[in-house]
Amino acid sequence: MTALHSLTIAQANDGLKAKTFSAAELMQACIDRAEAVDGKLNAIVHKNFDRALEEAKKADDKGDFSSPLAGIPYLAKDVYCEEGVPTTACSNVLREKTYVPPFDSTTTKRLKAAGAISIGKANTDEFTMGASTETSCYGPTRNPWDTTRVAGGSSGGSAAGVAADECLFALGTDTGGSIRQPAGFCNVAGIRPTYGRTSRFGVLSMASSLDTIGPICRTAEDMAIVLEAISGKDPLDATTGDVPVPAYRSLLTGNVKGLKIGIPQEYFIPGMNQEVEGAVRAAAEVLKGLGASITEISLPHTKYATPAYYVLCPSEVSSNMARYDGIRYGHTAKDADSLIHYYEQARSGGFGKEVKRRIMVGTYALSAGYFDAYYRQAQRVRTLIRRDFEEAFKTVDIILSPVSPTPAFTVGAHENDPVAMYLEDIFLDGQVMAGIPALSTPCGFSASGLPIGLQIMGPQWGEATILNAAHAYEKATDWTSKKPNL
Amino acid sequence: MSLSHDDVRHIAKLARLSLSEEEVALFAGQLTSILGYVDMLREVDTTGVEATAQATGLNNVFRPDELRAEPLAEPDALLATSPLPITDHQIETPSAHG
Repeated sequence: MTALHSLTIAQANDGLKAKTFSAAELMQACIDRAEAVDGKLNAIVHKNFDRALEEAKKADDKGDFSSPLAGIPYLAKDVYCEEGVPTTACSNVLREKTYVPPFDSTTTKRLKAAGAISIGKANTDEFTMGASTETSCYGPTRNPWDTTRVAGGSSGGSAAGVAADECLFALGTDTGGSIRQPAGFCNVAGIRPTYGRTSRFGVLSMASSLDTIGPICRTAEDMAIVLEAISGKDPLDATTGDVPVPAYRSLLTGNVKGLKIGIPQEYFIPGMNQEVEGAVRAAAEVLKGLGASITEISLPHTKYATPAYYVLCPSEVSSNMARYDGIRYGHTAKDADSLIHYYEQARSGGFGKEVKRRIMVGTYALSAGYFDAYYRQAQRVRTLIRRDFEEAFKTVDIILSPVSPTPAFTVGAHENDPVAMYLEDIFLDGQVMAGIPALSTPCGFSASGLPIGLQIMGPQWGEATILNAAHAYEKATDWTSKKPNL
Repeated sequence: MSLSHDDVRHIAKLARLSLSEEEVALFAGQLTSILGYVDMLREVDTTGVEATAQATGLNNVFRPDELRAEPLAEPDALLATSPLPITDHQIETPSAHG
């Protein structure tokens, strides 16, 4: 029998309903697995194992597993406020006097209502700024497939945790690829929903018009299960859409006959990594074999997505980071001689270099004399990118591309080159600009055994279509069942 | 567009950050290369293109001005997260006047 910690949510729910095993046994299996492997990975930064086991026992006492998430262990990225659990955004700003929220984020609250049990907080780049989980104040998360390499970021802890079977799913956030990229590096699946599909309330903000809340799972079915539980309008987040939540799981037919797939030429750059290109094109052929049709399309403004992101994101970051002034929470300063000096010392003592860089780029881009040239121009380019996708979705139903230009890079590879790190996002920022949903699903391995991710993009509110395409592809291949050797 | 050390000090002041001289030098170089990268946006002709502030077309989302039935958190619990002394349900901040 498959080890309990390796089960999918769907399989675990079947087992719990059939009383093949108990929620406490499932939880203990994940805890034991985490104790065994997390030392090598550093995916978990705040453990909540005792409380999780208590909750699992209560679930057994209650005996109601009609909800597919009842008793299912998960990790929450360390930006999701959970009442009574340390939430530090992996930043020294919130670590010194450890921030323990007195309230739950809407997402963890919805998961709790569905019966899922958080086992702790997953490692992230500091305030989710990064593509490798290396800027975390707790140190990097290692890739379970090769621990000399990064797990990706910023949701590296979430992706590694799922890949290493420390939990059955995890919550991540995707602002510039931070769910999709680590999922792609770790051979797991992750979805960035349509902006406004899920609620950002109670999640430490990075860039308010770009942040999205989404799960990292083992399969498309599991993503559908979690997405259904966490989606929907939230009065506490005015940017959530008043759009009904489809029954994502029951819409997974696996049938893609007649599905029109677009392959955007701008995502297949001359000289790109041959293994990555090969794996993605092969995936398109698999879907074609299942009855889909493939068309070459153009998204002309693709190359401007990442530069636009690196103007808009830091600008919004500079605004969102202003709250960390050492007053209501956070790092303090001891010898300040005035309030302003106190702010400067508290902030500078707490924030890491990447956060400072982004605050400064944003402050510059928003300052008098530069606002039109940078911020306003980026917002206009954003409109052009959005139009490219709207135009494309008139003729195709989904769009395929690689997730990352290469498989996982080594820890420290981009240490002194911020722009090289930003370029890791080149395939992941167009969707952010356009506010459309996109997921990453495993599509193969490099010759050296490193996972390669396939990105599937859809029109706004089109999560059901992209999940179904991922589901069909998954059923015709076997990548999601592969496990790292830990 | 090359940032001088004075430019960096000015930005840091606006952002309420204090930087060491080493950091000023490091960031001057790094910020210059980041801004150099995003400068590519100037190539795009955006005449007549409106800005996108929000991707899903929402605006003016209102709710009735009514008290919530249950508070999301108790005021004292929220104050307890402050690193500064709490007096009379208020945070004692450093003086603005030095």
